[in-house]
Amino acid sequence: MDIPALLDDQLVYLQLKANEARELVIETLLEAGSGHSAGPLGMADIFIAFYYHILNHDPKNPGWEDRDRLVLSNGHICPIRYVTMAMRGYFPVEELKTLRKINSRLQGHPHRTSLPGLETTSGPLGEGLSQGIGIALAARLNKKNYQTYVIASDGEHQEGNTWEAAMFAGKEKLNNLTLVIDRNNIQIDGFTENVMPLEPLKDKYQSFGWEVLDVDGNNIREFVEAISKARSIFEKPVCIIAHTIPGKGVSFMERDFTWHGKPPNKEEAEKALKELRTLQGRIKSEHE
Amino acid sequence: MLNPNLKLNEKMFDPDAEALPTRDGFGKALEILGERNPNVVVLTADLSESTRADGFQKKYPNRFFEVGVAEQNMAAIAAGLGTSGKTAFISSYATFSPGKNLETVRTTIVYNQADVKVAGHHSGVMTGPDGATHQATEDIALMRTLPGMTVFVPCDAIEARKATEESANIQGPVYLRFTRDKSPVMTTEETPFEKGKVREFWVSENPKATIFACGYMLYYALLAAKNLESEGINVLVVNVASIKPVDESAIVELAKKTGKVVTVEDHQIMGGMGSMIAEVLAKNSPTPMEFVGLRDTFAESGKPEEILSKYNMDQKSIAEAVKKLLNG
Repeated sequence: MDIPALLDDQLVYLQLKANEARELVIETLLEAGSGHSAGPLGMADIFIAFYYHILNHDPKNPGWEDRDRLVLSNGHICPIRYVTMAMRGYFPVEELKTLRKINSRLQGHPHRTSLPGLETTSGPLGEGLSQGIGIALAARLNKKNYQTYVIASDGEHQEGNTWEAAMFAGKEKLNNLTLVIDRNNIQIDGFTENVMPLEPLKDKYQSFGWEVLDVDGNNIREFVEAISKARSIFEKPVCIIAHTIPGKGVSFMERDFTWHGKPPNKEEAEKALKELRTLQGRIKSEHE
Repeated sequence: MLNPNLKLNEKMFDPDAEALPTRDGFGKALEILGERNPNVVVLTADLSESTRADGFQKKYPNRFFEVGVAEQNMAAIAAGLGTSGKTAFISSYATFSPGKNLETVRTTIVYNQADVKVAGHHSGVMTGPDGATHQATEDIALMRTLPGMTVFVPCDAIEARKATEESANIQGPVYLRFTRDKSPVMTTEETPFEKGKVREFWVSENPKATIFACGYMLYYALLAAKNLESEGINVLVVNVASIKPVDESAIVELAKKTGKVVTVEDHQIMGGMGSMIAEVLAKNSPTPMEFVGLRDTFAESGKPEEILSKYNMDQKSIAEAVKKLLNG
């Protein structure tokens, strides 16, 4: 399926939806009392672009066999996946309050068989690209046209498994597979380039037989265009390096690696929600 | 005597008895399954011929994936296939898969409930001259503690074929354990194999001890039983090919018949088949036990028989374990 270009009013709609998703992320994390903040906020634009514009899917029929597959490798950013799935009607928004609690379908890291619509079980890093490859191979064997998208973090490129998978996808020339790397430059212990340098990331993928596109991952239009371009490349798998701002939308979280793995407390959440609800102060009266 | 109801190979004790590696049975089953089910796919990590996946590879090249020396990648790719309508077999040495890739197997295959069968080859000290690096002696323990995992340890090449075929009928993860060298064929085509069932291979009147054994070590247990009988000591020998699901009621019943239990396996004593038997009996019917297996140590290079002898896992050690219990 071709990805239609975004009209101007569609773009504004998606931008507002991304902002709404960020608000829900903050509220959900506050309720959960644990979880990751920076990644989910940074990836809100991309998840909204996927669930509202790119994916060929049916929230009422999550097991539909021709659906596009969205694999989340870095499972710890699942709050943004749960939020966008709820917004699209996979399950009630109210259920977001159960995240990380007992008897919930919303496990702290995603468990495929707990919640329809998840494609894999993830959390331990470096395994998502391999699983996406398996799903893409099955499409090839079954002569299915669905596309498999894998979202991976930059930090998990320190896992050897990621490179085993990159090598394999290059060997098999898997053109029905698109990898999106959340290049936000942070991980738990600090900045990626201090913990264990990943650059030149683009060169590495190219040398493994991939086509590589660089985009601003917080620019929905640019991202949709990159996905569209990726779909037009048939001779090899495509990797989109999406440069995102961790904590995007909340000033005191942006670019600060200490927000990788913790939730906001009540005071911080209120401050964050105020920023989001006023679009960083551009709107004077808050909507409630 | 050999249980007449199980149609066992009556010639197994002959000097020229047929011997085959259990991995041969695996390879044969893959070809049968490939023919039978177009959704069966096979992956290997640079060990196609050695793990007997090459027959399938030649017949069904489009459904065979060579991932190179990358066991984590192999497991997770199989998980993707196994959640997309395929029945995937991953085939490597057990020290690497499910050893090296344990967490990948745990998360992407077992917790994820993917339809993947993990074939662990070159298990046990029987791997011999390759040395302890290649002798998987903790894989049963690792696999049986994973929730929802089925664990089969076939005793010979015929049972290996049946267990592999049976694994494809099970929706979800299965661990299959195979060995490298030739070992005597104890069963026949007619011998039953069933998930969750243990089978009494050696029966006798007024038995004094019950020996539970798995894998090729079952043969040494049978030899021990035969020799003990000539010394006037009657025992029972039970094939525990299905480690999980556990045949709890039969294990309890067979232990109660004698009140003394010996377990025999080419694996660490800790956590293996013997531990499973001990768990069942401790709960239902506490029974004095002896364990034949590797005693919290790595083995070494050598001929399998030499290693079994040095590490007190041979036929003589089995007989001694029985006598120790009877005299204790």
